[in-house]
Amino acid sequence: MARAFHWLIPHPLLTLILAVVWTLLQNEVSAGMVVFGIILGIVIPWATSIWWPDTPKGFRLGKMISYSVLVIWDILVANVQVAWIVLTVPNAKLKPAWIVVPLELRKPEAITVLAGTITLTPGTVSADLSDQGHSLLVHVLHTDDPDAARDEIKTRYERRLKEIFS
Amino acid sequence: MTAEIIGAYATALCLFIGAGFALVGVIGLLKFNDPMTRLHAPTKVGTVGIGMLLLASIVHSVLLGETSIHESLIMAFLFVTAPISANFIAKVSIHRKACETPPSPPLDDTWSTLIAPETDQATDGGTQR
Repeated sequence: MARAFHWLIPHPLLTLILAVVWTLLQNEVSAGMVVFGIILGIVIPWATSIWWPDTPKGFRLGKMISYSVLVIWDILVANVQVAWIVLTVPNAKLKPAWIVVPLELRKPEAITVLAGTITLTPGTVSADLSDQGHSLLVHVLHTDDPDAARDEIKTRYERRLKEIFS
Repeated sequence: MTAEIIGAYATALCLFIGAGFALVGVIGLLKFNDPMTRLHAPTKVGTVGIGMLLLASIVHSVLLGETSIHESLIMAFLFVTAPISANFIAKVSIHRKACETPPSPPLDDTWSTLIAPETDQATDGGTQR
């Protein structure tokens, strides 16, 4: 039974997301559309299975949800800060800086989520990864203390992501 | 009746905040004078700006009695794709040396964008500035 389930639905989370996205696209909840969404959620992962090398192991969904809430809150707060910088700080006084974040994360998925988080949080853009993937290059719009900005990324986001992708 | 009035004000407030953030994004795009700092304004302020406009759309649809929440999909796809386009723009400006050269990484040899055939780098450094 478990093997049949695994054969039919190799990526349960992907199946669920595809079904939910399909239902949302229809903009109404009806039994037929939910069933069609589930059919799509089974057929699409099967058809694209050669591009899914291996399922990431040890992903903690509960912590990911609390992490998402934290990131959305940070985006809201930092948006106001960046808007304030854009409107008040003249170009001559702006202090942009490159900061290098040494990475403890090794999984590609975790690094992708961290880079996406850094970019979505206003004031920082993740620009590049070093050739072996040991550090992340981040551009900061306006900072007096680049080291503090780096430490905040490490303690606030990377520590939590290490717990999520453990 | 009161619910309609509150809903109308909520829609207007969301539209106002969203439009305000979009305006700040445009001001930032025009004001900054370096590709990397310029990248910050629209990609960031855009997320909340568009988010508030979509929230206004949802509130308005609820108010009209035709609840529609597929706006949340726009938000989700925007959150997934915005970092990628920002990353591409950043990589292009590093590659063309249109910005200050980043410090080299402490552990590895170089940044992955800077690994390019020498002929490629020479033309980029010489002609593009």
